[in-house]
Amino acid sequence: MPEPTITLNVSRYRPPDERVPTSQVYTIPYRPDWVVLDALNYIKDQVDGSLSFRWSCRMGVCGSCGMMINGEAKLTCSVFLRDYHPREILVEPLENFPVIKDLVIDMSDFLDKLKIVKPWIIRETEKPTSEGEYLQTPEEMDAYMGFSACINCLLCYAACPIFGVETDFIGPAALALGYRYNQDSRDEGSNMRWNVINDHHGTWQCTFVGECSVVCPKDVDPAAAIQRLKVDTAKHWIRSVLLPWGKRA
Amino acid sequence: MIRPDKSLLYYPRMPATWWLRKWSYFLFIVREFSSLFIAAYLVLFLVQLYQLGNGAAAYSTFTNSLKSPGWIVFHAVVLVFAVYHSVTWFYTTSIVIPLRIGGKEIPRAAFTAINIAAWIAVSAVVFGLYLLQ
Amino acid sequence: MMGEALPNKKSIEPLWWGLFSAGGVVAAFLVPIHIVLLGLAVPLGWISDAPDIFGHWFVKVYLFVFIAMPLYHWAHRFYFTLSDIGLKSFRKPISFLTYGGAMMGTVITAWILLRL
Repeated sequence: MPEPTITLNVSRYRPPDERVPTSQVYTIPYRPDWVVLDALNYIKDQVDGSLSFRWSCRMGVCGSCGMMINGEAKLTCSVFLRDYHPREILVEPLENFPVIKDLVIDMSDFLDKLKIVKPWIIRETEKPTSEGEYLQTPEEMDAYMGFSACINCLLCYAACPIFGVETDFIGPAALALGYRYNQDSRDEGSNMRWNVINDHHGTWQCTFVGECSVVCPKDVDPAAAIQRLKVDTAKHWIRSVLLPWGKRA
Repeated sequence: MIRPDKSLLYYPRMPATWWLRKWSYFLFIVREFSSLFIAAYLVLFLVQLYQLGNGAAAYSTFTNSLKSPGWIVFHAVVLVFAVYHSVTWFYTTSIVIPLRIGGKEIPRAAFTAINIAAWIAVSAVVFGLYLLQ
Repeated sequence: MMGEALPNKKSIEPLWWGLFSAGGVVAAFLVPIHIVLLGLAVPLGWISDAPDIFGHWFVKVYLFVFIAMPLYHWAHRFYFTLSDIGLKSFRKPISFLTYGGAMMGTVITAWILLRL
């Protein structure tokens, strides 16, 4: 009996010779225990060394191997060939991002956006180490824990049509991280995040399609984070209008 | 940060018909457009109130025209969109403002169900008040 | 510096979003039953028409909220949806038509209710 095979239709982009992506078909041995990333590595090692893609940990932690699999944003280390076999698998770079080569996208725009939401704990004054840790109650930890699992894999950006239409949109992962630090009882920097969050390209650009939360491999739920930021920002705005002379805590 | 040479990048373009590519995107657009049907209904209702202000004759001419099959179909279609708005609105509310009981967020489906029950109760009250006037 | 980046007070998007949300709640709870009553049940003769009810001042207040708020809900959603489906470059005129339309609708609603 011949060895079973599977066909991968892979997007290729090779500048400067090619100015638009093309596709290349690879038929390789089918192994039910392989994930799509294993198949891509087989192609790279045994069939065509010129194929470029990013990967690192192979276990859903590093967030490097996100691609479009049959049009859905996925971590390729987490989708099995057996879920598609004997059908062909279409592998494309993450949507809504510029392509550098083949399946490698340019994420420098995202890294800029990540920086402006200041996703780190901001303190007015750091307490000296001699005074011990910043303690939190379980409730204080619950307030942000679910939103802190982001691995910056960008699947949420690939799934967000609003980001596709308007790439200036700060986008799901960065805003969710802003929310995560605003929610942290140790953080005192939410005032420094408001101008980014309360901007047309911040939370207000989001129209709650909700796909970011559907594709998130870490169940971060960026859609919920952004809507809750809208509620917080609206409350903050009302206070600043009604009490312009008072405290805007 | 090392940035790639922009002139060598391929920039994909999102077609204006992106909402036809996925069922969930399509349902999103339906949800957003439900607001247009609701607004159209409210404008028609405003015309009814305007005609009421013009006197009994103008009002009955208008309400008689609402009996035509065209307007019945219009109201039936708007009702479908309005109900879709209600259900999606209650579900999204459960995400935006989660309900906490005893410090724990209750499941979104449960909060949606509570809202739908409240919606049915409010509708019954409006219905009852209109019948009793 | 801490506290120097307070919310951008010039941005009135929180206001539009607040009106959108309030309108969404009003529409979700009340529009379906109104359509059933006045759009279907009365015209089809299942129940009799009762226009006198619209004369009470508290019904007028109720109707003002019932009509005006969902207009802002429509304005906000329609403005964003049109941008999202490719009319991004016409954002300015669309915002005048939508939010402006809702504001005009508010005034017209008040006028129609006051002359009842």
